[in-house]
Amino acid sequence: MTTQTVLQARGLSKRYGHVVAMADCDFDLRAGEILGVIGDNGAGKSTLIKALTGALVPDTGVIHLNGEPVSFRNPLEARRAGIETVYQELGVAPALEVSQNLFLGREQRRPGLRGSLFRQLDKPAMRRASAEHMADLGIRIQSIRQRVETLSGGQRQAVAVARVAAWATRLVVMDEPTAALGVRETHQVLDLILRVRDRGLPVVLISHDMPNVFQVADRIHIHRLGRRVALVNTGDVTMDDAVAVMTGARSPADVPQVQVSTPDEDASSPKGTDHGER
Amino acid sequence: MTPATARVAAADLDTGVGSSSWWRVALTGQVTGPLAALILAVVIFSTTTENFFSGANLALVVQQSVVVGTLAIGQTLVVLTAGIDLACAAIMVMGSVVIGRIAVSGNVWLALLAGVVVTVLLGAVNGSLVSLASLPPFIVTLGVLTALTAGARLFTDSASYPIKSTLLTALNHGPRVGGVTITYGAMAWIGLTVLMAYALTQTKWGTRIYTVGDNPHAAELVGINVKRVLFGVYVVAGLIYAIAAWQALGRTPTADPAGYPTANLDSITAVVIGGTSLFGGRGGVTGTLVGTLIVTVLQNGLTHAGIDSLYQQVATGVLVVLAVAVDRLTRTRQSR
Repeated sequence: MTTQTVLQARGLSKRYGHVVAMADCDFDLRAGEILGVIGDNGAGKSTLIKALTGALVPDTGVIHLNGEPVSFRNPLEARRAGIETVYQELGVAPALEVSQNLFLGREQRRPGLRGSLFRQLDKPAMRRASAEHMADLGIRIQSIRQRVETLSGGQRQAVAVARVAAWATRLVVMDEPTAALGVRETHQVLDLILRVRDRGLPVVLISHDMPNVFQVADRIHIHRLGRRVALVNTGDVTMDDAVAVMTGARSPADVPQVQVSTPDEDASSPKGTDHGER
Repeated sequence: MTPATARVAAADLDTGVGSSSWWRVALTGQVTGPLAALILAVVIFSTTTENFFSGANLALVVQQSVVVGTLAIGQTLVVLTAGIDLACAAIMVMGSVVIGRIAVSGNVWLALLAGVVVTVLLGAVNGSLVSLASLPPFIVTLGVLTALTAGARLFTDSASYPIKSTLLTALNHGPRVGGVTITYGAMAWIGLTVLMAYALTQTKWGTRIYTVGDNPHAAELVGINVKRVLFGVYVVAGLIYAIAAWQALGRTPTADPAGYPTANLDSITAVVIGGTSLFGGRGGVTGTLVGTLIVTVLQNGLTHAGIDSLYQQVATGVLVVLAVAVDRLTRTRQSR
């Protein structure tokens, strides 16, 4: 492989009683790309994303992050490993300032005695860092001290994206980030996603909106019946083909797929660690 | 992103950072409205009644505010998490009768310690039912209120204990300044307000309370332990109710299981009138201090105006519903 694989999963499965939510599912994310993940309702996209971000523990399978095997027991462990997630509309605290939202759960204290003895937060430093970061990402707001509730829906989601972009060190996962937005705001957020990628963070974009996915994704992971049925370059397939594969109207063999290494061929991942249950 | 917009953002920031002293943040915010209402009430009563505006009466207003005001600080913490503590005064009364009964046998320090332990434990009961069992605070604290109202009578056989110890009544004393006594209890109330204003606006602990009250789901997503924050808030509130119990023993030197019957609702009124949202995440203790003074000024002023105390309760009731309506309206406007 020429480009480094950032996140790779092989043979993930998850059952709930008799319901198979994920069956022998593979996943590949390369450095510097936006990977669209598409699939019909109930195809198991969320299960896959939850497994990759620590929100659930798969029954079988292995996940490698930058070639190292990882197994997240909860979202916090995934975050500590550098994986940040944006959710549809839930990620911000509307009554708090923009800068407080960027530092939500990660507040910084002042240096010296004011921080150690008096536990005082370093609000000026957090505001300064937030303003720089927002400017870097090209997000325009009147003031970093604005409450998030005074922003438009698109700006609010931009704040959520800015937060994950600020803290993620490996990759960003965006689960339907534009589902609640209007057309113009959706495009603002898509532009922002492109800028996040251009700053060097690979992005996993889960979306129902085919035109959006085809507009920004470099490659597309097509999910059906709990597994990846195809991984394609965005330029190689039409939207109709992708939808046909996604719904089962066409066989994945009919579309030009991307070749991915198996873990055994991939020099970056250790051999023979698992797969016993497959 | 053009360099021009970056400069604009930086300029916004420079003006913002300059004026961010924590005490200024605590004073501005949502306090302006309640403060205007307080000043208006003081002006009206000063001009319409003869004896309202005197040093002695204003000192009395402060004395009358101390217990409810301190309770309301604990109440504010709970309300900021989108909860409510209907049992706050009942916990305080339970603490005060425990202190009173143990003090009879002599050891007042032990009595005071036992009172603190009891209020903190009762706060922990509220906190664990709300956080671990995920029960609605309204029902939990209503249950605790009902149980404690009977519990305090059972514990005392419905008797009250006179308080003779100087330690236990110490908060009703203090230095005289210009003919009026500034009691240690009033100092404790103001001091606790300042301390909590700092803790809420300037520390991680405070930010987390606001985050949990504003959007518990977002708080969880960023790794905040929501249950621990909630539990902690009820325990700290319990500790604050112990201070209120000590102040109450100073103001009326009797540990009465039937005392302070309206203080539960008065503390909620003070919090709501002070601009803290019942929906959580907005407001603070500075507003609550002003809200407490509004409640007391209204009651005291109406007394001076010769109006029946039953009408005072009607006025308080109207005021709290009005304050909630304003809260609701401003919230709807902001979320548009």
